[in-house]
Amino acid sequence: MNENRTRHRGRITFLFLALAVAAAALSGRLAYLMVFRSQYYSEKAEDLHQRERTIKAARGEIIDRNGTVIASNRTVCTVSVIHNQIQDPEQVTAVLSEKLGLPEEQVRARVEKRSSREIVKTNVDKAVGDSIRDMGLAGVKVDEDYKRYYPYDSLASKVLGFTGGDNQGIIGLEVKYEEYLKGTGGKILTMTDAAGIEIENAAEDRIEPIPGNDLYVSLDVNIQKYAEQAAYQVMEKKKAKQVSILVMNPKNGEILAMASVPEFHLNDPFSLPEGTPAPQDEKEQQELLNRMWRNPCVSDTYEPGSTFKIITAAAGLEEGVVDLEDHFNCPGFRIVEDRKIRCHKTGGHGSETFLQGMMNSCNPVLIDVGQRLGVDNYYKYFEQFGLMGKTGIDLPGEASTIMHKKENMGAVELATVSFGQSFQVTPVQLAATVSSIINGGIRVTPHLGVKAVSADGTVIREFEYPRGERILSEETSARMRYILEQVVAGGSGKNAAVAGYRIGGKTATSEKLPRSLKKYISSFIGFAPADDPQVLALITIDEPEGVYYGGTIAAPVIADVFKNILPYLGIPEAEEESASAFRIYG
Amino acid sequence: MAGRQQQVRQEERPPQTQPRKKKRVRRFYNYSLLFTVIFVTVFGLIMIYSASSYTAQLMYGDAGYFMKKQALIAAGGLVVMVIISKINYHFFAKFAALAYVMSYVFMIAVSLFGRVVNGKRRWLGVGPLSFQPTEFVKVALIVTLAVVITRMGGHINRFKNMVMVGVMALPLAVLVAANNLSSGIIICGIVFVMLFVATKKKLIFGACVGAAGVVYCFAGQIGHALEAIGLLQSYQLERINVWLNPEAFSQEGGFQVLQGLYAIGSGGLLGKGLGESVQKMGFLPEAQNDMIFSIICEELGLFGAVSVIFIFLFMIYQFMIVANSAPDLFGALLVVGVMAHIAIQVILNIAVVTNSIPNTGITLPFISYGGTSVLFLMVEMGIVLSVSNQIKLEK
Repeated sequence: MNENRTRHRGRITFLFLALAVAAAALSGRLAYLMVFRSQYYSEKAEDLHQRERTIKAARGEIIDRNGTVIASNRTVCTVSVIHNQIQDPEQVTAVLSEKLGLPEEQVRARVEKRSSREIVKTNVDKAVGDSIRDMGLAGVKVDEDYKRYYPYDSLASKVLGFTGGDNQGIIGLEVKYEEYLKGTGGKILTMTDAAGIEIENAAEDRIEPIPGNDLYVSLDVNIQKYAEQAAYQVMEKKKAKQVSILVMNPKNGEILAMASVPEFHLNDPFSLPEGTPAPQDEKEQQELLNRMWRNPCVSDTYEPGSTFKIITAAAGLEEGVVDLEDHFNCPGFRIVEDRKIRCHKTGGHGSETFLQGMMNSCNPVLIDVGQRLGVDNYYKYFEQFGLMGKTGIDLPGEASTIMHKKENMGAVELATVSFGQSFQVTPVQLAATVSSIINGGIRVTPHLGVKAVSADGTVIREFEYPRGERILSEETSARMRYILEQVVAGGSGKNAAVAGYRIGGKTATSEKLPRSLKKYISSFIGFAPADDPQVLALITIDEPEGVYYGGTIAAPVIADVFKNILPYLGIPEAEEESASAFRIYG
Repeated sequence: MAGRQQQVRQEERPPQTQPRKKKRVRRFYNYSLLFTVIFVTVFGLIMIYSASSYTAQLMYGDAGYFMKKQALIAAGGLVVMVIISKINYHFFAKFAALAYVMSYVFMIAVSLFGRVVNGKRRWLGVGPLSFQPTEFVKVALIVTLAVVITRMGGHINRFKNMVMVGVMALPLAVLVAANNLSSGIIICGIVFVMLFVATKKKLIFGACVGAAGVVYCFAGQIGHALEAIGLLQSYQLERINVWLNPEAFSQEGGFQVLQGLYAIGSGGLLGKGLGESVQKMGFLPEAQNDMIFSIICEELGLFGAVSVIFIFLFMIYQFMIVANSAPDLFGALLVVGVMAHIAIQVILNIAVVTNSIPNTGITLPFISYGGTSVLFLMVEMGIVLSVSNQIKLEK
C-alpha cells in the first residue's frame, strides 16, 4: 500500500509544472510592472519622496521712459530655527534677540518650540542676515528672499501700486501687469524619508526660478516729481482735500505723469498717514487704506464743468450748427423750460461771437449750441468721441462715465450737460477725450505700459493700444486748437500762459454735490504747443478753500508745470505768434 | 556519520541492518537543496538588513537589529535541520497523533491567552520565548496527513475517504483561519495538493481550480454580491476594492499596496542597487516583513526579482526530485506537503506584492523576517532532506 507509484510521480511532476507556470506568470507580471509601468511608478515615488522648497522669483522691475528704475527688489532674509538641530539654545537665543532686536522671551519661545522649523523673523536686512549666517550657529537658518522696493517711495504711488506678502501685485500697475512682472518660482527638490527628514547625499534637483519681466512704462520720473511737487504746493496753499495732475501725450495717449496728492508710502503701504485718527476696527482700517490707495484720476468721477465745453464746442463745429463768428447774446442767464440757468457772470457777457463765448466760458452760448445740436446729435457725438464708456487705460478700477440716459435727457439736462454739469466723468476720460479732439481728431487710449522685457533682454512684448479711430475732422480739430489757444491767450485761461509757448486750454470750476455745501472742484486742462500739441495736462483741485475759480488757482499750476516740462521735453519756443496773440486779446 | 548510523540502527533495526551486511548501501543526500536553503536564507538576511536598517536604526538605535535576531534563529534552525535530516523520516510518523492534538491545543491556547503584537493575537510564549503556533500547525498537518493518507492506501480514492481527510483538516484550518486568514488559506492549499497527489481523481480538482479561476476573474462582482447578502464584511470588500483599484481606494488601505507598487516600479530593469531603496525609509510599513519582495524589486530590479523566483523554482524542482524518488508514498507525501507549503507561500506573497491578488499577510519563505517561520521552515527542510537521505542509490 505504501508505495510511491508512477501515477504519484506523474502528479508530482504535473504539480511542479503547474507551479513553474505560476512562477512564469508572476515573472511576467513583474516584468510588466518593472519595465512598462516603471516610469509611471517611479514618477509617483519621486513625487512622494521629494520635498519641495520654493525659491521665489525676482519680480520684474518697473522702469520709466528714461530707464530709471522706479520699482525694484531688495534682498531680505528670513531667519528661522530648527529645533532638533540647535546645540546651544542659550547662545542662539542671546544672539538672535540681540541681532534682530527682538525681546529675549519671544526668541526663546521660538527656539524652544518643538517644530520642524520655526520662523523667528522675516524681512530682515541682508546685512543683518549675513552677519547671523556668518556666525554659523547650528540650527539657525537664514534664507534669502526678495522684497519689493520702491526707490522713490511715494512717487506715483497710486499708479505703481505695491505688492503683498507673496510678492503679488495689490493695486495699480503691479496688479495690472502681474502676469508679466511676477516670474516663475523655482524649486529645490530634496529627497526625504517618510517622516520628511532630508536624506543625506541624495541628489538635489534644482529648478531655477525665472525672474519676472521688466515693465517699461511711459511715466517720466522728472515730470512726475515736478507734477507732484506742484500738486502738493497748491494743495497746501489752498488747503484742498486732494489735487491731481495728469500729464499725457495727446498724440499717442502715453501718460507722462499721474500725480494724485496726497500720495502714500509704497515701502510702507499699510500705515495710514500721520494724524489719521486711529480706526475703530478692521473694517474701518481697511476702508481708510482703500481710500488712501485710491487713484482719483481713474477711479473717481466728477462733474467736469466748463472744461466739458470743449466737447460741446467740438460737436457743434463738427455738426456745422455753429461757427466761430456766429453771434450770441448773454443776458447773464438762459431760461430753459421752467428753469433759469445762470451764467457765472451775473450781469451777462452781452453780445459776443462763439469764439468770445468760449473765451469767456459763457454758459448761455454753450446752452444755445447744445440746443442747436439736439439730444440725438449731441448724444451721437458723445459716443463718437468715446466718452460714454471707459478709456481702457491699463490701470485697475477705472470708473465709467455717468451720463443721463438718452431717453431721459430733456431740455434742461441738455442745457446743463452742454456746459459740463449734471453728469460725471473721470479725469482720465476727460483728458483722453480732449486729447483726441485736439490731436487732429484721432481717439487715443491713455496708457502707461510700453513694453515688457525679459530679464535677459529679449523683448517679450510691446503693448499695443487701440488707436486711430477718427472721431473728428482734421479741420474741426484745428479750429478747436485755435479756440483753446485763444482761451489762454486772452480769455478765462490767461493765467495758464507761458512766455514763449503757445498754450491752449480751458478752465473749469465745478460745484460739488450737494450744491448747498458750496464745495468746489477747480480744474484746468491745457496743452502745448497749441498748434501741434505734444503734451496735455489736466489738474483738478478738490475742495480748495478761499478763491476757488479754476482760472485763478488751477491754470497757474499748469502754467508752472508747462514752464518746466516743455523745455525738458525739448519742445521749442514759438515766440512771435504767442506774443502777438497775447497782444490782441490781452 | 556515526550519529546517523546509530539513529538508523535504532529506528529500523531489522530491515536496515541486514542488507547492509550484504552490500554497502550508498545513500542520497540532496546537497543541492541544502545549499539552496542556505543561500536563500543568507540572501534573506542581507535583504532584511537592507530593508530594515533604516527603521531599526530609528527605533532601536541598531541598524542590524532585525537582521541579527533573524540570523541567530536561522543559524539555530540550520542545526535543527541537519539533525532532523539525519533521522529516518518514518520516525516522525509516531508523532502524528500527538502533533495533531498539539495543534488544537496550541490554536485554542493562542486564541485564549495569546500575546498581542501589533494588535493581533498570534503569539504564544513563555518569558522571552514566543512563537506563532500557526507555523507549527502547518508542519504538524503535513506529517499527520501523510500518515493518514498512507494508512488508507488505495482507499483514498474513495470519495468518502477523501472527505474524511478533508474533515480531519477542516476544523484545524478554521481555527487557524480565525486567527490568521492567510495561514488558513495556506493550510487548505496544502491539504488540496496532498490529496491531489495521493488520489486518482481528476474532475473534482479540476472543478476546484476552475471555480477558483472564476472567483478570481469576477472577484469584484462576487464581492459586491456577497456583501449585499451579508456574507462578506465591508472591510473584506474594501480589500477587494483596494486590490482592483488601489489608487481610487488609497484611504481604505490602497496606500500600502501603492507603496509596494512604487517600490517595484521604481526598481526598473536593474534596480537602484543594494541598500539604495527609498521606499524602505518609512514609506513601506514593515518593509522587512511581508513586503520584502518589493524592496528586492526596488534594489535589485527585475533581474534580481526574477532570480529570486528562479531560486525558489529550483528549490521546488529539488522537492520534485526527492518526492519522485522517495522510497515510499509516506516520504513522497511529506515532501509534497512541504513543497505545497513553500510554493503556495512564494506564489501568494509575490502575487500580493505585485497586487495580483487582494492583500493578505503572507511572508516570503526564508527571506521575510520572522523567527517562527524560519525555524519551522528549517524543520520542514530537515524532513525533506531526511526523505532524500533514505533514497538508496544503485551501486
